[in-house]
Amino acid sequence: MSKFNKKKDGDLPAVSTASLPDIVFMLLFFFMTVTVMKDSSLMVQNTLPNATEIKKLEKKDRVLYIYVGKPTREYQKVFGTEPKIQLNDKFASVSEVGDFILQERAKKPQELQNVLTTAMKVDKDANMGLLSDIKLELRKVNALKINYTTYEGDAFRNLQ
Amino acid sequence: MGRRGGPAEVNAGSMADIAFLLLIFFLVTTTIETDAGLDRMLPPIEPPDENVIIKQKNIFTVNINKNGQLLVEEELTNLKDLRAKAMAFLDNGGAPSGDPLYCNYCKGKRDANSSDNPDKAIISLKNDRETKYATYITVQNELVGAYNDLRNRESQRLYKRDFTDMEAEYLNPETPESVRDELKEKVQNVQKLFPQKLSEAETSSSN
Repeated sequence: MSKFNKKKDGDLPAVSTASLPDIVFMLLFFFMTVTVMKDSSLMVQNTLPNATEIKKLEKKDRVLYIYVGKPTREYQKVFGTEPKIQLNDKFASVSEVGDFILQERAKKPQELQNVLTTAMKVDKDANMGLLSDIKLELRKVNALKINYTTYEGDAFRNLQ
Repeated sequence: MGRRGGPAEVNAGSMADIAFLLLIFFLVTTTIETDAGLDRMLPPIEPPDENVIIKQKNIFTVNINKNGQLLVEEELTNLKDLRAKAMAFLDNGGAPSGDPLYCNYCKGKRDANSSDNPDKAIISLKNDRETKYATYITVQNELVGAYNDLRNRESQRLYKRDFTDMEAEYLNPETPESVRDELKEKVQNVQKLFPQKLSEAETSSSN
């Protein structure tokens, strides 16, 4: 009998950590499935305006992004404080918008090429002049479906 | 050397570490929230072939100047009143009864000097190059809101449900196919009652 009682000298048995990998894997798969890779870092100030009548942008693979705003502080020395366009990872001029759309469109699978939406992430302090120039460029390359990305909130707060 | 019976066992103790490493990587790169915003269609660049003649009374002009002030139908207007004005214009239904354009669901004033039918009513939005984007979005929001309010009203009458609610469910990719087919017809019916005709002219410069 003493053979079996040997280990029981009073303290609690250790908690088994054998199922820890399973739990971690479960979390891992969750984040793997919901993850969307951040493809570009913002080089412009981008405080979006508020709106109430908004629609969700479903299916991220069908969306192209154009950022507009003042360069952030670290870029202001080089690029000034006038609102600029950011495409992917670099500043661009208005004339480059059309080429950018065509290039990005060519990268997408054939069946998505006609249903792409251009999401305009425009800072609320930007002027409409630049935006109308972009809109004209978009019309030239027939990218007619656009979405003014906004936050959800009372639209009248924009004016303050 | 002395091992008998079966291949050697691989030590799986570090599996948790590897999994944690991957987990932290995906935790850092993840962005869960989806963007939302105002959907708009731009007009095609080639002008339409035939010259359409539009009666002046069927056009509702909205001008935004560089200070963010609104000129609606030649009248200085507060932004807060824009939605009501746009709704009154769209819902007017000025064509007399018996006319082919007569609108039997309109509840407006039926003023002969305003729009004939929601199908004919066009909102024309014009802004200055120096207008702030925030003002522009607020105006866009109010105009889209005017359409949505009217569509909701008709949708409640016909299907006892809000239009915006039906449209959101229709556009949601997780909605089953059968439900979507049914919704598609309803959404299109309501859209036909108040088609969104929002025209944007080229921006003018202030000087």
